[in-house]
Amino acid sequence: MSRYLSFVLVAALASVPLWLHDFYVLHVLITTGIFIIAAMSLNLLLGFTGQLSLGHVAFFGIGAYTSALVSLGFEIHVLPDVTVGLAPKPVWFAMLAGIAVAGLTGYAIGKLSFRVRGAYFVIVSISFAEVVRLVAVNWVELTQGPMALNNIPALTLGIGPIELSFLRKPSFYLLVLAAMVVCYIIIVRLVTSRAGRAMIALRENESLAMSVGIDVTRYLVIATIVSAAMAGMAGALYTHYIRIVDPDIFLFIYTVTMVIMVITGGKGTLTGPLVGGAIFGILPEVLRAMAIRPEVQWIIYGVLMVLVVYFLPEGIVPAIKRSLAGWKRRPVDAL
Amino acid sequence: MDQLLQHLLNATVLGGTYALLGIGLTLIFGIMRVVNFTHGELYAFGAYCMYLLVMLLNVNFFLAFFLAVALGAALGGAIEILLLNRLRGADIDTTMLVMIGAWIVMQNAEQLTWSGVALSVNSPFPADPLVLGPMSVSWNRIYVFAVAVVLIGATYYFVNRTRLGKAMRATFQDRDTAALMGIQIDRIHTATFALGSSLAAAAGALLGPVFVVTPTMGDLAASKAFAIVILGGLGNVVGATVGGFILAFAEEIGAGYISSGYRDAMGFVLIIFILLMRPTGLFAQKERIG
Repeated sequence: MSRYLSFVLVAALASVPLWLHDFYVLHVLITTGIFIIAAMSLNLLLGFTGQLSLGHVAFFGIGAYTSALVSLGFEIHVLPDVTVGLAPKPVWFAMLAGIAVAGLTGYAIGKLSFRVRGAYFVIVSISFAEVVRLVAVNWVELTQGPMALNNIPALTLGIGPIELSFLRKPSFYLLVLAAMVVCYIIIVRLVTSRAGRAMIALRENESLAMSVGIDVTRYLVIATIVSAAMAGMAGALYTHYIRIVDPDIFLFIYTVTMVIMVITGGKGTLTGPLVGGAIFGILPEVLRAMAIRPEVQWIIYGVLMVLVVYFLPEGIVPAIKRSLAGWKRRPVDAL
Repeated sequence: MDQLLQHLLNATVLGGTYALLGIGLTLIFGIMRVVNFTHGELYAFGAYCMYLLVMLLNVNFFLAFFLAVALGAALGGAIEILLLNRLRGADIDTTMLVMIGAWIVMQNAEQLTWSGVALSVNSPFPADPLVLGPMSVSWNRIYVFAVAVVLIGATYYFVNRTRLGKAMRATFQDRDTAALMGIQIDRIHTATFALGSSLAAAAGALLGPVFVVTPTMGDLAASKAFAIVILGGLGNVVGATVGGFILAFAEEIGAGYISSGYRDAMGFVLIIFILLMRPTGLFAQKERIG
């Protein structure tokens, strides 16, 4: 996207709370924005390094749980008479902690799981997410298990005498938009850097990349850390917006939603996750408005996924780009 | 000690069905290079077939089992022909996405047809368990174990001794050479998928009457089957059998002595542990990197 166009788009999106007062629509936009951030982070791994991570929701959930726990405070018994606790911290600090813990988990998981590739990697990533979910269900002392963590505080920022509250939807919408822009810029900077070129090289041909001296595992781990931290940020935003978090946040179906967003939009493109995320963020609401049952909605998702793979294997964004290029060329062909 | 013996017995019985699930998946995985996300749904399909046939249509319990297996094979073959045939030569991620799509459609179709209510299938076995000294085991589970062992044996025989099995192994070893030798790769693929699916449906048809039948039962089964395949190695039938029993023992001992809440986590922990210790897997023969 050209820089000028991006500015216009962001400005237009930022003006939405000024003229739109329907809180339901705003809510849909907020959750869509959060999922777009998650999809962008997945795209870094799936699109730019070519690793299909199906455990991505784990990072999202870890960010959400960490942020919730740090902002609420917790106390756990390590040994029968030894307790470890944390007093409630400000929400901005909790969110940073969520991002950091998700990033660290990304480092550990990257180091561990990039020993294998292909189908094995996919299964390891699913396993990882499932273990984290089961821990969230069973470690009741820390996570409250299925009873969920609730009364999670909303974000407030005190800068000098000014107190900014992100409790209400218009302000939270702007926060999500800002986070999206930051993530987008980070991804652009990363994939156009030396590290990004190394990632693309190893996606295209791992042996060749290795033979020219690219430390493949290192770049995969870097991508995982950035991707996990970003997903953790999306989770932290989500948890302080919804203000309740339970182990269902780790369900595989959320990973599938992110994958569908990335694949439909166009994996390995910068704008693909934005387009795919917008479509699949808003589509469920449209389908619900049409009084379609959730099962049917999921069936439509599944069918769409298969159709996209068959007919738009590269995704919507590359397809549009190609048809635009063809349209520009056509007058020349006519001559 | 008595408790341990009971756990070991339970694990052995459970291991049979796990092995069945794992073998089905590992065949598809190994020969076709397809990560089959519909495997769990075929397991659920087998269980729903039992419910439909036994409870609603009053078909004989044992006949219903054969029908469920046959229907599972037919459904598997249909999935292969409809979805995978045209993706021959596509990379593993592409087929995986299609299979995820198919999995979502199948699971939600089950939910739509049968609703989320857990259904139970009556079995003709006596309710009193067989008591062996300090241990006891229900007759239904003995039947499940016996059938599973027979099916595993039959699959071994089929893969190792028959012409079609030989063609499958040849395809697994070298697809192009196999094609040059006159093996019809397309047909081998359909047959493999149907065979793997029928084994999954058999596992579901066996375990449906032991537990309850729900639309999400396939997810857990699929995740366990994946764990078993990782343990045993890609396309390795012996590995999958041993892996199935290892997983069953790990779960049973873990649930008995650590925490029953983490029962289903055992397989995943095992995978992660194995990758740390031995990235090549327990029974690795060949390459592991995709």
